[in-house]
Amino acid sequence: MTDPMPNTPLNALQDPEITQPARSQWRDVWDQFKHHKGALLGGGFLIFVTLAVLFGDMIWQIDPKKLDIRNKDVRPIYTAIWNSDAKVSWGNPLGTDNLGRDQLAQVIAGGRASMAVGWAAMILTMLIGTTIGVLAGFFKRLDGPLMRFTDLVLSLPILPLLLVAVTLFRQPLRANFGPEMGMFILIVGVIGVTSWMQAARIVRGDILALKEREFVLAARAAGTTSRGIIFRHLLPNVLSPLMVSATLGLATAIITESALSFLGVGFPSDFPTWGKMLADAVPRMQEYPERVMLPGLMISLTVLSVNYLGDGLRDALDPRIRGR
Amino acid sequence: MLTYTIRRLVLSVPTLLFIALIIFLLLQLAPGDPMAQVPLTVPPEVKQKMREALGLGQPIHVQFWKWLVQMFWIEPQVFIDWLTNKSALFGWLPDTNLYTACGPTVEGPCDLRVISWQTRSPVMDIVVQRLPQTLWVVGMAYVVGILIAIPIGIYSAYRQYSVFDQAGTFITMIGFSIPPFFTGPLLIVIFSVQLGWFPFIYDTTHVVDDWDSFVFQLQQMLMPVMVLALQTTAQISRFMRASMLDNLNQDYVRTARAKGLSEAIVVMIHVLRNSMIPVVTVIALGVPAIFGGAIITEVVFSVNGIGQLLITALFANDLPMVLTITFMFAVLIVLFNLIADILYGLLDPRIRYD
Repeated sequence: MTDPMPNTPLNALQDPEITQPARSQWRDVWDQFKHHKGALLGGGFLIFVTLAVLFGDMIWQIDPKKLDIRNKDVRPIYTAIWNSDAKVSWGNPLGTDNLGRDQLAQVIAGGRASMAVGWAAMILTMLIGTTIGVLAGFFKRLDGPLMRFTDLVLSLPILPLLLVAVTLFRQPLRANFGPEMGMFILIVGVIGVTSWMQAARIVRGDILALKEREFVLAARAAGTTSRGIIFRHLLPNVLSPLMVSATLGLATAIITESALSFLGVGFPSDFPTWGKMLADAVPRMQEYPERVMLPGLMISLTVLSVNYLGDGLRDALDPRIRGR
Repeated sequence: MLTYTIRRLVLSVPTLLFIALIIFLLLQLAPGDPMAQVPLTVPPEVKQKMREALGLGQPIHVQFWKWLVQMFWIEPQVFIDWLTNKSALFGWLPDTNLYTACGPTVEGPCDLRVISWQTRSPVMDIVVQRLPQTLWVVGMAYVVGILIAIPIGIYSAYRQYSVFDQAGTFITMIGFSIPPFFTGPLLIVIFSVQLGWFPFIYDTTHVVDDWDSFVFQLQQMLMPVMVLALQTTAQISRFMRASMLDNLNQDYVRTARAKGLSEAIVVMIHVLRNSMIPVVTVIALGVPAIFGGAIITEVVFSVNGIGQLLITALFANDLPMVLTITFMFAVLIVLFNLIADILYGLLDPRIRYD
């Protein structure tokens, strides 16, 4: 009888170290995202602006609509550095407008409106775009008509139509939902209806490729319904292109809302938004250039940060670039 | 290629008709009343007569059909008459009199043109008056934008990740992000108010007849052109860079270098020609967008072009004018989509549509 083999594993087959648990996808994305300085800055600024417009009025408690005609045309506090005669006050650090409304409070309130419109319109755009894209990509019968329809909407002149729709429909909506809510619904609605086409095309393309893959076949063989396949298997896979598309949509929506306000067809005149503040400041920009700069900078910086965020997300979510 | 072009042209007719119908129905749904400005002392039956005089009494499909006839049958007749009677190009042709204007002295059938409700003059006449300003400012801006964008794109692709490329990326990002209604006032504050170099209102009555007036024309065009060109530059230089990057690593580039061609010839002839194919189509696709986007710039700098005409017509509830201008924008989009597709096929022999 030979001795039984000693029960020790062979050294050659042993892993040199303990295997790490599998890293999640989002951890990888975050690691790649961290390398993009612009995207980090952009994301940070976006979070800062969002928090500031949401909770800013708890810290800076002046009512943005309060008229204080004695304190009208106060310059921002930093004007005192080079012009000691300027009318400045610590009570209004960013100055007041020609009706004495506090600029800082207006920027906060206006940002809330602009960001609300931007987010709502972006979400609506993504919803419409994803629905149409999924329907067109998944159901062969619907593909032809839906994509023809998308091409048709793409050849509509968007900005003129937006202007037409907003000018012509603001009266009934204002009458039904009140001046501010009616305008909000109208602007979010028209932006959503006119800008879903890119998202729809992206989603359709991805779904067309994904639905031929083996995991969808496996899911179908296991008896999953179409609805289950779409929600459990396909939609999570189109999430990354959708997120990039969503950042672009947010940027476009903020700019479009400001453009409409700037052209004078946006929210009612006593309701501050960034575009409205900019439009109100333009006639008197010779005397008070800072009133143009303030809302303009807010719009531009927000959109810039959203664009950088989208750039970083695109790099981080692309598995071919990730890890390089 | 020819059959493809013809097929696309035929297909674009129903598309345009459908777009016209959408715009028309949108305007029909609108609650605005063109009689809203008429004094309340005017009795309702007179108001009804005025409405009918504007062509509002008819059912919707009759109104749409009449607009189509006016737009596609009567307006071309007017245009042909103008060509043969007044224009320098075809003035030598025998005069045609296809169009008979309606009036108290005219007996028998006469043709009605699309009439603006604001001015009671034909819409197309006003559009033709406004077109040169828009074309000068917008067209010049587009050309300037392309001329700036292409060298930037080439150089930033050739020196990828260099300082120049990083700066170019940053500037294009800014061009994407800063809306024209901020760059416009910003330029006005800096160059008109602080420095006083350029006028900030575009004087359309200005006539160029000597050197000084030419300089003035350049000065007043500079700011609107720059605002629009920033947007164009941002987009096209991005495309140019991406397209150059795609081509720079191709095998044929290595072959060209291996043959001993100079670097300038490799980049400027071999790579550039191939990279221009997608860029040219993007340039064609961008033309209608810039017409639409120019609306804001025209408002900021008070250029009385097409965009400004659309805004004023909208505020005045002038539906025929709004319908016609919006439809013209749609025609531009469909036309330039077609041009882009055909150019792509012509420039790239690998693409065959048939």
